Amino acid sequence: MSGRYWEHFPHQADMGVRGVGPSREAAFEQAALAMTAVVTDPARVLPATPVDIRCEAPDDELLLVDWLNALILEMAARHMLFSHFDITLEGQRLNAVAWGEPVDPERHQPAVEIKGATYTELSVSQNESDQWQAQCVVDV
Amino acid sequence: MNPSRFQQVSNVEWRIEPFGAMRVPAVIYADEALIREMDDKVLEQLTNVAALPGIVEAAYAMPDAHWGYGFPIGGVAAFDAEEGGVVSAGGVGFDISCGVRTLHTGLRAADIAPLKQRFADRLFANIPAGVGSTGQLRLNPGEMDAMLRGGARWAVDRGYGSVADLDRIEEHGCMAGAEPGQVSEQAKRRQRDEIGTLGSGNHYLELQEVVEIYDDKAAERFRLRQGEVVVSIHCGSRGLGHQIGTEFLRQMVIAAPGHGIVLPDRELACAPINSTLGQAYLGAMRAAINCALANRQVLTHLAREVFADLLPGTHLNLIYDVSHNTCKLEPHTVDGRSRRLYVHRKGATRAFGPGHPALPADLRDIGQPVLIGGSMGTASYILAGTEEGMTRAFSSACHGAGRAMSRHQATRQWHGRALVDELASQGILIRSPSLRGVAEEAPGAYKDVSAVVEAAHRAGLARKVAKLRPLVCIKG
Repeated sequence: MSGRYWEHFPHQADMGVRGVGPSREAAFEQAALAMTAVVTDPARVLPATPVDIRCEAPDDELLLVDWLNALILEMAARHMLFSHFDITLEGQRLNAVAWGEPVDPERHQPAVEIKGATYTELSVSQNESDQWQAQCVVDV
Repeated sequence: MNPSRFQQVSNVEWRIEPFGAMRVPAVIYADEALIREMDDKVLEQLTNVAALPGIVEAAYAMPDAHWGYGFPIGGVAAFDAEEGGVVSAGGVGFDISCGVRTLHTGLRAADIAPLKQRFADRLFANIPAGVGSTGQLRLNPGEMDAMLRGGARWAVDRGYGSVADLDRIEEHGCMAGAEPGQVSEQAKRRQRDEIGTLGSGNHYLELQEVVEIYDDKAAERFRLRQGEVVVSIHCGSRGLGHQIGTEFLRQMVIAAPGHGIVLPDRELACAPINSTLGQAYLGAMRAAINCALANRQVLTHLAREVFADLLPGTHLNLIYDVSHNTCKLEPHTVDGRSRRLYVHRKGATRAFGPGHPALPADLRDIGQPVLIGGSMGTASYILAGTEEGMTRAFSSACHGAGRAMSRHQATRQWHGRALVDELASQGILIRSPSLRGVAEEAPGAYKDVSAVVEAAHRAGLARKVAKLRPLVCIKG
């Protein structure tokens, strides 16, 4: 399967988020969308306000967790949801702009708050057809 | 899980002797049916915990154990600092000091029956719940640090509740050794407007009716009478605790090789207790415990406001407040020798038996109240710590039902609106900002809490005192 997409995978108490795309950036972007989808339908979230996010980690996997946790921090502290991401990766350094809007309980019907991205089922990999996949379980 | 993988010690105790890297045995307290329901991951995680440096006696799992992060949820492990023991951010979890408190109202279910709808609506209006909700308090940096040092005592000093509440909270409402300076600015930023909020997921505030009494003497001392109404609150340290968990997990993963620790699973991230990182985590984690205690204290105040409005003269007296995601330094007797151990309880409730000096004087001969939250729409239980429990799993018991199916499966099987209507027809009023959240928390998505409690009772971890049935449930 080619293209870029996200999906959830089951974890007994929580939820796994998986992003797939033609580049690491695309996979990280799709994983972030999958995370928004744990809370609400991303299509309902207007990409109105930009928030800058930077992180750096010793390897790709820790970088994915750092990226998702940086988003979780902004979601929690700003009471926002995000639906569009512009990501630049240089080695293990990530620069991104996440676009979103404040939570509107009526419109978003947010199902659950995300506490943190975890190292469970964590992987960032590239397959034979050069597709990147980035995934982990998030604690809700 | 296949029970034949274990040596069966009794109907409710299963054991595996150390193999591979394990330093101590793994022990699960559960009946055979619960063992069969458990994911194989529980055993894998338990054997990993048993391999951590400085672990004492055994790695334990409670009857509600399920697949967690590094440690199983429902896991208990104690470490000796003098033997190279570790403290694990994964062994405490993201929701530091998540716990339950239960308050006595003195009202009969019949007294509130005509007001049930109003109670549901008023509580839902007064208790901030769900994603994006904020509390009434805004903490400046000085107040944030005071809260992180003072816990529920800080809240009482500011008019949220009374001094009498403090005696009925673990650590008398204030965890010693908290170091607000070890809590990052990000964690504090996440908490600025979250004090006095319920959160989401399986967190709730419920009005419950006492429907069964199993132990008259303990029930009387806990002021539990059949047909009476209690208020229970289940929540934790909110964003601050989550952020501390996230940050220290990362630091411990990266520092592990430098500490000579091999992690079979990164979620087991830990640091020697006697290390700078280990001590920093303990200081921050204890601050998060205070945050959880302060949060439940403010939520209690908000519930009291609603009762004062709808039924003036009602007194909500705290029965007890106990956390189930912590690491605490406690004296325990192991092989006849008294030792001070760092006991991790991840989804496990402390259950001190009769005579324990940490208990309030008026409960000391009975044992500690052990509060077991059920899922929305099912039962909750109150148990009491036992004498025999002091020699089992370091005085620990189960904490709840534990999920039986994923959130995904739950949303495929149930719809929020239909579930709310069905529960209403059973006399259980649900109020939640999110119908999808309600579906994900469907009672059927959880294990049978009664089976879990029965196993804990039979294993002697704690003894049954009373069963509670929900009347009104405010969900995040």
